[in-house]
Amino acid sequence: MRVGILYSRVRAEEKLLFEEFTQRGAVFDLLDDRKLIFDITGGEERTACYEDYDVIVERCIHHGRALVSLRILNDRGIPTVNSVQVADVCGDKLQTTSALTAAGIPSPRTQVAFTTDAALDAMEELGYPVVMKPSIGSWGRLLSKINDRESAETVLEHKEVLGTYHHSIFYIQEYIEKPGRDIRAFTVGSETICAIYRDSGHWITNTARGGQASVCPVTPELNDLCVGAAKAVGGGCVAIDVLEDPDRGLLVNEVNYTMEFRNSVMPTGVNIPGRIADFALQVGRDGWEAANR
Amino acid sequence: MAVQTVTAVAECSECFGEIELNDVMENEIVQCGECGVDLEVIGIDPVALELAPEEDEDWGE
Repeated sequence: MRVGILYSRVRAEEKLLFEEFTQRGAVFDLLDDRKLIFDITGGEERTACYEDYDVIVERCIHHGRALVSLRILNDRGIPTVNSVQVADVCGDKLQTTSALTAAGIPSPRTQVAFTTDAALDAMEELGYPVVMKPSIGSWGRLLSKINDRESAETVLEHKEVLGTYHHSIFYIQEYIEKPGRDIRAFTVGSETICAIYRDSGHWITNTARGGQASVCPVTPELNDLCVGAAKAVGGGCVAIDVLEDPDRGLLVNEVNYTMEFRNSVMPTGVNIPGRIADFALQVGRDGWEAANR
Repeated sequence: MAVQTVTAVAECSECFGEIELNDVMENEIVQCGECGVDLEVIGIDPVALELAPEEDEDWGE
């Protein structure tokens, strides 16, 4: 089995993955995305060399680089974890919400608008506070909790004047009064392998922003919800953010496709990188569909 | 491939403070305990550090 690991920088997650592949006797190469050249119009030397890999594990930190690389690799029949479909859907919150709701997965109410006037109308209809997010982005960056119309007008004006065109597709969600925490669940193939609570006094609970991790039991309800969410985005190894709504129960907020897990291994006691390595090796051996069954 | 690592003491490229590196590999991100910046190990023989790239808009999980 020959494995490629596509990466941008070596963080705790990548080192743990390298250890797991090594323990399993897998031969792997490290593919630095800063040095890649894909000659996509037929360069045998530069693109065909990837065809020798049984599977390539994507660990890019840039969504753009991940998406392009996975597209090129999958189009040439090279299996990847995750697939380009998963990366495409999960890397864009708008696509994620659309895929989740089309599959009947409960999510916070979300509106999309293309002009500031329409965005204001959408916010008024949802009722304040609302949350506005860039559709592409992570780690809680540039999230806005908008408490009233005046704040809305200010944020929208800033987006319109200072933002790129991506920021003029307004993704607006109802604000969920969660109980000072949310849930991060890890799904591999057709199983939710573990979950953590992320407690924070701040409304943004990402561990990258200081949220504290503790173990969350994987109930049958949580497992079913997360497996359903994973299937809705195309399967694979994904980290699912779940909110606890006081009236509606569990709602899937986001799905992450290059999951970070350094703060989750210890509280859950689950070898998350080991499970990812096993999944990737199965994809290499049996194919994407079989590994997701 | 076998991952090559090194244990060494290096100098922060920003504040020139000492950083103890334990089993680090090329392209690994380490943090300076004195000034707090993220550094990338750009070489292990000899050990070399440089400021890690700034966060981009599409970075994340």
